[in-house]
Amino acid sequence: MGVFEYAPAPESRAVVDLKPSYGLFIGGEFVDPADGGSFKSVNPASEEVLAEVAEAGAADVDRAVRAARKAYDRVWGPMPGRDRAKYLYRIARIVQERGRELAVLESLDNGKPIRESRDVDIPLVAAHFFYYAGWADKLTHAGYGPDPRPLGVAGQVIPWNFPLLMLAWKIAPALAAGNTVVLKPAETTPLSALLFAEICQQADLPPGVVNIVTGAGETGRALVEHDGVDKVAFTGSTQVGKQIARSVAGTRKKVTLELGGKAANIVFDDAPVDQAVEGIVNGIFFNQGHVCCAGSRLLVQESAYDEVLESLKRRMARLRVGDPLDKNTDIGAINSAEQLDRIRTLSDIGAEEGAQRWSPPCELPDRGFWFAPTIFTGVTQAHRIAREEIFGPVLSVLTFRTPAEAVEKANNTPYGLSAGIWTEKGSRILWMADRLRAGVVWANTFNKFDPTSPFGGYKESGYGREGGRHGLEAYLDV
Amino acid sequence: MTATTVSELSHVTGSEAALRAFLHGLPGVDQVGAEQRAAMLGTRSIKTTAKAWAIDLAIRMVDLTTLEGADTPGKVRALSAKAVRPDPADPSCPAVAAVCVYPAMVPVAAEVLRGTGVHLASVATAFPSGQAPLEVKLADTRAAVAAGADEIDMVINRGAFLSGRYLEVFEEITAVKEACGAAHLKVILETGELATYDNVRRASWLAMLAGGDFIKTSTGKVPVAATLPVTLVMLEAVRDFRARTGRQVGVKPAGGIRTTKDAVKYLVLVNETAGEDWLDPDWFRFGASTLLNDLLMQRTKLTTGAYSGPDYFTLD
Amino acid sequence: MSERQRVAVRKTYKLFVGGKFPRSESGRSYLVQDSNVALASRKDARDAVVAARAAVKGWSGATAYNRGQILYRIAEMLEGRRDQFVGLGLPADEVDEAIDRWVWYAGWADKIAQVYGGANPVAGPYFNLSAPEPTGVVAVVAPSTPALLGLVSVVAPAIVTGNTVVVLAAEESPLAAITLAEVLATSDLPGGVVNILTGRVAETAPWLAAHMDVNAVDLTGVTEPELAADLERAAAENLKRVLRPPADAPDWSADPGVHRMTALLETKTVWHPRGI
Repeated sequence: MGVFEYAPAPESRAVVDLKPSYGLFIGGEFVDPADGGSFKSVNPASEEVLAEVAEAGAADVDRAVRAARKAYDRVWGPMPGRDRAKYLYRIARIVQERGRELAVLESLDNGKPIRESRDVDIPLVAAHFFYYAGWADKLTHAGYGPDPRPLGVAGQVIPWNFPLLMLAWKIAPALAAGNTVVLKPAETTPLSALLFAEICQQADLPPGVVNIVTGAGETGRALVEHDGVDKVAFTGSTQVGKQIARSVAGTRKKVTLELGGKAANIVFDDAPVDQAVEGIVNGIFFNQGHVCCAGSRLLVQESAYDEVLESLKRRMARLRVGDPLDKNTDIGAINSAEQLDRIRTLSDIGAEEGAQRWSPPCELPDRGFWFAPTIFTGVTQAHRIAREEIFGPVLSVLTFRTPAEAVEKANNTPYGLSAGIWTEKGSRILWMADRLRAGVVWANTFNKFDPTSPFGGYKESGYGREGGRHGLEAYLDV
Repeated sequence: MTATTVSELSHVTGSEAALRAFLHGLPGVDQVGAEQRAAMLGTRSIKTTAKAWAIDLAIRMVDLTTLEGADTPGKVRALSAKAVRPDPADPSCPAVAAVCVYPAMVPVAAEVLRGTGVHLASVATAFPSGQAPLEVKLADTRAAVAAGADEIDMVINRGAFLSGRYLEVFEEITAVKEACGAAHLKVILETGELATYDNVRRASWLAMLAGGDFIKTSTGKVPVAATLPVTLVMLEAVRDFRARTGRQVGVKPAGGIRTTKDAVKYLVLVNETAGEDWLDPDWFRFGASTLLNDLLMQRTKLTTGAYSGPDYFTLD
Repeated sequence: MSERQRVAVRKTYKLFVGGKFPRSESGRSYLVQDSNVALASRKDARDAVVAARAAVKGWSGATAYNRGQILYRIAEMLEGRRDQFVGLGLPADEVDEAIDRWVWYAGWADKIAQVYGGANPVAGPYFNLSAPEPTGVVAVVAPSTPALLGLVSVVAPAIVTGNTVVVLAAEESPLAAITLAEVLATSDLPGGVVNILTGRVAETAPWLAAHMDVNAVDLTGVTEPELAADLERAAAENLKRVLRPPADAPDWSADPGVHRMTALLETKTVWHPRGI
């Protein structure tokens, strides 16, 4: 790196007290699964086993849904909104109080840099509960009629990229609206959800209001297809999202899906170039690129191409890849061997299809799953790496000449989750924002999230919104 | 960008219109983005060996400063002595980069600093307001240099800059640079009065085009002095200027930097923005007074393992 | 002048696609109330989607005020042809209600964004605004009864926000739909915003539900649960927004609420830093 070597500054993992094994959280208690199955959750930065976790089968899911139904019928449904609010506020506070523990655990189980889990994920988790807590006793003012009713039991399936934050996005609005939930965390990152179960206990949340069933795809399928579920909320791949949309056909289940993306990050020649480069870096390398709204297609105006690329490469050379628990790490570990394979495969295809691959020199650790930050130049809309979601730290660089061409290329995808615009010209931002078919448009910024701000996609990026007043709609009978 | 020579940019300073077009053609700075980048770099955690290295470097970068109406030869002599030997108890402690005083105090400081390797900087050009006729400013500069200053910290005419008279500012800096002779010229932008980062970027380029050897944030005499984001924008400017012209210009944040923690944040900013070429007292300085004692205390803490107290360091 | 009985000029009931009245490309028709009505084919459905897609840019890009005026114009035209609809056998009350429904939705054009969108107070120095946008091309299966009010109640909320539609008129009661097309054709509504196909829902609806250039399906008029489920499954292939058939028969004369509009809207949220 040069003369100013930052000595390792590791966050202590002693703050996390992991049990060797975890059961399912059903009816307010940790219970063993019916058939005793389990799987291991590993630290992707070291491949060390962190804990053994129960695998829920159909019978366990059924038990969890029944517990949720009972809690809905007897406790949570009839409970006045102001009391539900207080439970949610309690949870928000406990998340803040145990923030460091949650951040370290999240980085251990997911591989994301502690700087992000500490400064982004966990504060947003608390903020999300705090925000929706305030809605619980104000639903009649939310614009969904004079007496909006909850749906009942929500079956929720979340991904591994922001384990606890996705849990918050699902559970906070569901509970605020008066539903009870059965949530399945991703099989590679179940631990923070299990710690959240302990937080529910600590908050004295009535048993059965939140149930956590751990497992893989089959567990998720059993949950979303369960007859006792009134609402299905899923965040994950478009492929699974389509399966879910098919599986609920002909039922009365309400569904929201937050799926994949292939966002264009559009840089004009009058952009604030240093901030644009930061936005490009943040857009694709934040959370190792494991972000559905990642700015994975950089569209640069041809007249600014050389300047932007040179700045981008210089900036990328400063990225620090390594130990997620080191406070100075910018890019942590890829979440799993499987995901690493996918990133490698698609990157190799990019090179085979003739795009030029570049990564800054960087040493990757021997153990664990790692992928150097990578850009591909000379990419066209016809390249697979410009069309398929890679979900890794890999950026495809394309060019355009006019605003209309930028819009056309940006929209030329089955996805429509997010987009970025970088220009100092205000009227052009508004013109572009009107035409981009994406649920979130970041202008002169990127990858910003807030509990008050609705998030979700157009087209094959899914439907429904999470966050804000809009996020309540998914959990109300309207 | 290909490196050109400064003279190839000379056409941009040929007229008010050309200069204006050039400065306003520089990329804009988004305030929120720049501040977030600076804040993010402020979270870098510098420990153990890296911290020890950074503290010694920071000491070597200090322009130990006193710019008070109440300055006396006694005060300046003491300060100069401290500049040479900041920690009398520890001979391994490096000297600071320079002493910075008013022109009237230059002879006093020169006497102490002669032959020590510590530079002698003097503010000039009607510091801190810059509101004096050009002839006065030039005379001020020549007097300081004649009395032994080898670095001149000048202030730009913010009034002229803010009203868009860029060529006037440019010509004034050029004239002062000429009056400096062999002495290095640091150009104080007084960023707190420039109000926007766009202005900071333009003023930085203006000062560099006019021949400044350093660009410096502040006089320390207005409420807003050095900040991390302002310094970030200036570091980007010197980085881009060198890429464009091949000439390297230094950066000096001044005013308000009081703790080791702050100083280390600035060094991280330098490292990750302009790069290691600037991690040298020839290219980066801190304009400060109380900062030095905090650096010394932290240095002692690293050596002894115990927290120190102000009684163990000299007050001047 | 002799007392000779005048021979009436009969109407040919054709499709309404892209602002024109073509026959089915298949050349088929079926008999309703002694009239031959065009029996649309999958190719007619395909052509209708092309027409609807082509109209999206102009219609969604029109000002809300302009869309509102056009919907109001539709009400004016319908009022003028009130007797014609009564002559088709529709209850006068229903025709009046249908006219009023156009008026009601016309007023929503420039209000839905205010009610359904708004500023979000994010915890940072950002301007943050959410606004609804049309989802695009909507395939609608219209309810069979009430023939006119039901049709208006599904078409108006879809188009008022800027969507364009391909409507499968109720199989048994298509005359009101085609007569409404004549109203639409004379109301300054751009061609392609509303496209009306008559024929067999079970034949054409699956093509629309599976069409990858359709953004949403409104299955309100599908009465067969099996068909509804099949269509929803087909719609999953490109994740169309789906409005399922109502669980209970709707009261079409009640206040419609906003959900038919919001179900066919996307929410776009724009962020921008605030700085100097």
